[in-house]
Amino acid sequence: MPVNATLATYSDWTYGAAVAIYFFAAVLYLCEAAFARPEKAKERELVAAGGAQADGTWTPGLVVKPELSRVERLGRMGLALNVLGAGLHLASLVLRGFATERAPWGNMYEYGSLLTLAGVVTWLVLVRKFPVRRLGGFVLVPIVILMFLGGTVLYADAAPVTPPLQSYWLVVHVSVISISSGVLLVPGVASVMYLLKSSGRARFRKLPEADVLDRLAYRSTVFAFPLFTIGIICGAIWAESAWGRFWGWDPKETVAFVSWVVYAGYLHARATAGWRGRPAAWINSFAFALTVFNLFFINLVTTGLHSYAGVG
Amino acid sequence: MRTILAFLRNTWRGLTAMRTALTLLFLLALGAMPGALLPQRSLNSFKVDEYIAEHGWWGRLLDELQFFDVYASFWFSAIYVLLFVSLVGCLLPRTWEYFKQMRAKPVLTPRNLARMPHHASADTTSSPQAVIEHAERRLKGWRTVTRDEPDGSRTISAERGFLRETGNLVFHFSLLGLLVAFALGKMFGYEGQVIVQANGGQFCNSGVYNYDTFRPGLRVDGTQLNQFCVKVDDFDATFLHNGQAESFHAAIQYQSGADLETGTWRPYPLEVNSPLRTAGDRLYLLGHGYTPLFTVTFPNGDTRTGATQWRPVDQVTLASEGATKFDPPNVPDAEQRRKSQLAITGLLAPTAAFQGELLDSAFPAANDPAVAIDVYRGDLGTDSGRGQSIFSIDEKMVRDGKLTKVARQNLKQGEQLTLDDGTVIRFDGVRDWVSLQVSHDPTQVWVLVFSVLVILGLAVSLSIKRRRVWVRAAPQEDGRTVVEVGGLARTDQAGYGEEFTSLSRDLLAYEKES
Ligand code: HEM
Repeated sequence: MPVNATLATYSDWTYGAAVAIYFFAAVLYLCEAAFARPEKAKERELVAAGGAQADGTWTPGLVVKPELSRVERLGRMGLALNVLGAGLHLASLVLRGFATERAPWGNMYEYGSLLTLAGVVTWLVLVRKFPVRRLGGFVLVPIVILMFLGGTVLYADAAPVTPPLQSYWLVVHVSVISISSGVLLVPGVASVMYLLKSSGRARFRKLPEADVLDRLAYRSTVFAFPLFTIGIICGAIWAESAWGRFWGWDPKETVAFVSWVVYAGYLHARATAGWRGRPAAWINSFAFALTVFNLFFINLVTTGLHSYAGVG
Repeated sequence: MRTILAFLRNTWRGLTAMRTALTLLFLLALGAMPGALLPQRSLNSFKVDEYIAEHGWWGRLLDELQFFDVYASFWFSAIYVLLFVSLVGCLLPRTWEYFKQMRAKPVLTPRNLARMPHHASADTTSSPQAVIEHAERRLKGWRTVTRDEPDGSRTISAERGFLRETGNLVFHFSLLGLLVAFALGKMFGYEGQVIVQANGGQFCNSGVYNYDTFRPGLRVDGTQLNQFCVKVDDFDATFLHNGQAESFHAAIQYQSGADLETGTWRPYPLEVNSPLRTAGDRLYLLGHGYTPLFTVTFPNGDTRTGATQWRPVDQVTLASEGATKFDPPNVPDAEQRRKSQLAITGLLAPTAAFQGELLDSAFPAANDPAVAIDVYRGDLGTDSGRGQSIFSIDEKMVRDGKLTKVARQNLKQGEQLTLDDGTVIRFDGVRDWVSLQVSHDPTQVWVLVFSVLVILGLAVSLSIKRRRVWVRAAPQEDGRTVVEVGGLARTDQAGYGEEFTSLSRDLLAYEKES
């Protein structure tokens, strides 16, 4: 299996470009968040301009397009750059796939790239549905950090994978699990922001409304959790043919199990009186911390069967 | 008696409360965690011993508390048994409720629809009758009841998303099923590992003693294993030039069932990711390594060849360590024999890289094998009663002076050395061995079935919302009709808004249609 070096190089360049562009997008988003007026006032203004009344009755009327403020323009530019970055990011992944002639998620660098791409795409989808654009910086900063670490410390040259990974389950298990982990990054950030906002400190006044954050976190988790479950089960099916048993409490399996349980706890907490709101947000933030812990600590510090990361 | 009953009832109530289930769920997560952070006996008992030795009383305390066997520990079992009970306790009343609700009609329309989380209204010249008929058409697929109220209003109560509860119950019951299937599999399953020489070496799953290590489930005594035999004809590995493995392939033959009687062998290409499934068991290719071949020519002219597997100590270059042991020929006297046993230990490099006298391995393939060996003579301790490793010599014998080093030398393939008594040792090259694992788990199919049900249940219960909508058409004195629509999502308000908006738009837009 030869590696196409030219394509691999292009893949590296587009990856670098995507990181840089995300960085600028994050700066623009953060500027918007810093200079914007607090969310409350603005929202009322927008609602009044739209068609549906706050109480849910529907009265047809003219939709008045509000004049874009300068601050808003910053946010829109951030969003545009964000989309551009995502395009490059996708290109880098596809190029690596063609360069190595296999699914481009065989080591930790590639895996991280897929994960962050899933996070960015989730963000781009959600930002169209919820009035949360000023959250962009807080989503992109962890993504830029993850991608930077991925592209430097964890970087692995384009190469074929070892025999245990030569299976179509690599395509299924790793893609599903990394896409779901990437999606979960967004609710993770949203829940942390929820905790800040609902702490009531004036400093966090400009964050989006608490219940918007809560809804966003819940809806994206509800989407990602079954996906994560499928990823774990695919891992178990793969483990049955690769490692001789479907479940063996390998460190990564264990932490996957633990974070699955914690996410399940989050979904239950949100339906249990007395656990809604802040406790649920704490649980969700913690669950995401576990996912990151699984990615880094378990790959880099402990040794288990999941030692395919291509590092160390 | 009564207090005991009350106590039991309260315990049951407490245990089956949602809050308790949640707490137990988190305890389970917390309890599983040490298994990822501390070495575990089931994965690597050698590391556990090392950890305990390094950490003194702390290590011994953790051991006492079963922190090195987390998933078999009493406290982990206690948590999941409690969780199990709690889950059953949550599910039984819920199932009861479910069947009751399945037959129940949608609830009465509330007096004041304006108090509902979602609400819209309009007025029209159509009659209440016409309004409700229109609504019935629009609410196709909903469970609806139409009712007349004393003041002449006509209402419709509609409900949708009952499947959510179905999905929820499927999810939770499958989770229970999964736990049970998993536990049964652990009880009635077994797992054994064995190293087989890849030049026609054979292995039969006929008894525990054929294995190097064997891990039976609680209910397995090892007397009734599924019968089958395998023969490893050849092993082949290819590597990239950086030493990374590219492929492993063992050509084996096997016989099971009727083939055992007729002696028929069937070929199978055993590879990583493609185990042999036969006789209800699975056979895996777990690893491989090298067996150095030594020929010893004793002073009296007798020769012996030794072919004992050595174990890789470097997973990348496959540099290996081991001990090949020999009994002297024609020495019937045990006392005498114990003075002149031989052992060859040291390092084996499949592709030799010498740095001066120091041997190391440059590549995992057997391109240019060489050994750096120490030869010991004396009592190997094989009948001392202490357990012996096949990969090393008994260091105690060396310390006690019963086993002494008589030579140390590097040998490339075909080279030989001569001991002080005239014994000649020749290194003839290497041969492959493979390590195989046999696994038996009678319930794993059920685990898979339940996992799939878990996903289906989960997807249904998370994607479907239970929601209600009511329409009330109230006739006014001036002949017009006031139409009110109210909506409520039973489980989570998120996302119902959009549906309600479009629904109420249609429900209130009857005029255009009629
Ligand atoms: C019960 C079985 C399994 C479970 C629960 C499981 C779970 C996971 C999880 C949670 C991740 C992502 C972790 C993170 O956030 O870093 C992951 C990644 C991965 N898994 Fe699995 N897995 C299983 C079996 C397997 C098998 C059998 C293989 C291959 C032989 C495999 C190969 C990989 C690879 C290559 C990655 C991505 C790279 C990495 O993080 O090292 N997994 N798995």
